[in-house]
Amino acid sequence: MTRVQLDARRLLCPLPVIRTQERVEGMAAGDVVEVLCTDPGARHDIPAWCRVNGHQVIDIEERGDELVITVQVGEAT
Amino acid sequence: MGYNGRFNRNRVVVPMSEPRKAVALISGGLDSLLAARVMQEQGIHVEGINFYTGFCVEGHTHAIRKKDRDKPKRNNALWVAEQLGIKLHIVDVIEEYKDIVINPKHGYGANLNPCLDCKVFMVRKARQWIDEHGFDFIVTGEVIGQRPKSQRADTLPVVAHESGADDLLLRPLCARNLPPTRPEIEGWVDREALYDFQGRTRKPQMALARRFGFTDYAQPAGGCCFLTDRQYAVKLADLWKSRGERRYELDDIMLLKVGRHLRPRPHFKLIVGREDGENRFLQGYRKQFVHLFPVSHKGPLVLVDGQVDDDDIELAARITARFSQGRDADRVEVEVNTPNGGSRTLGVEPLAGGDVPKEWYL
Repeated sequence: MTRVQLDARRLLCPLPVIRTQERVEGMAAGDVVEVLCTDPGARHDIPAWCRVNGHQVIDIEERGDELVITVQVGEAT
Repeated sequence: MGYNGRFNRNRVVVPMSEPRKAVALISGGLDSLLAARVMQEQGIHVEGINFYTGFCVEGHTHAIRKKDRDKPKRNNALWVAEQLGIKLHIVDVIEEYKDIVINPKHGYGANLNPCLDCKVFMVRKARQWIDEHGFDFIVTGEVIGQRPKSQRADTLPVVAHESGADDLLLRPLCARNLPPTRPEIEGWVDREALYDFQGRTRKPQMALARRFGFTDYAQPAGGCCFLTDRQYAVKLADLWKSRGERRYELDDIMLLKVGRHLRPRPHFKLIVGREDGENRFLQGYRKQFVHLFPVSHKGPLVLVDGQVDDDDIELAARITARFSQGRDADRVEVEVNTPNGGSRTLGVEPLAGGDVPKEWYL
């Protein structure tokens, strides 16, 4: 299983979603992406994108003004 | 209905083991939601595509301003995809879109909105996408007469032709007012079960939404694009004028959405944070701009866009003090920082309200 970090800080939605989508492309089911964000909108948008595209958010952690959203890649990539 | 007879009205749509596949342009509004749903009702496999130009209204400012942070936020295109149970592909077209904004072949609408060129561009991108992904046709929520520039009887064919989509572009909400497209001619969809909406009225869409059980949907008052906003267009035009050329980067167009913009002199502009959320956002640009903030009183972060001398900095400091809680004080201490890390503090008299002419505000 691959685990990677994606720096989407300072990007405004939907760019954190788009960068997540680009990063997930080509990854295998079960792989994990930790997305670092500062736009609070990502807290809603990345999980919504995961729901419609068959991926899973396994953790959302607040670190001060930053969010770390952990996405596990689904079968549907 | 006005179609040309190539379509057999009595054609029976034969169910196939592999459903035909359509990509629907999803803006997040009601029309594209309904258009995609109409296709699903006919057994078509639908996936959504949404293009991010950098000018999309989707939630940016709401996320930046602190007062809006507690409001529920959602990306309407993603929300629509969830309602429909379809995948949504969000595509970054920021770079390619610049040419559409800067050189629109068909010109602008009321502000700097290149609506017809924009629609041609997006359908052209969707045409490429269906080729690359093995889809059969494209669906949009366009309705004849709904929009003054891009959705008229004479411009809908322009979109189909110039995009290269031609008869692979189906508009389910007004298809029966248009010549049959290939999905109709081939029997992939039943033309008789499509719609003949036209004009600016929203009543037929709202009735169809009720029939499908959609009660909560976005109704953007000014469209989904900042370029239709007069105030935003004024700021973009000012940016181009000040640079002597029509170009922009993503950071430029993001900053146009944030703060008060004042141009006290032709060669520089100030971006003044209006509250904590905006100040925090502007802090991300400290390494790119000369920036000021009051240290003796609470107040805004101010970015300076342009080449400035000491007189300009003093004026910028007095304006910064004007927008601080020390506006009525005799003196306000303002810290001035340069992108390379230089820093100094100026003691200035806040500019009086009457000394900030209306013309400075963009």
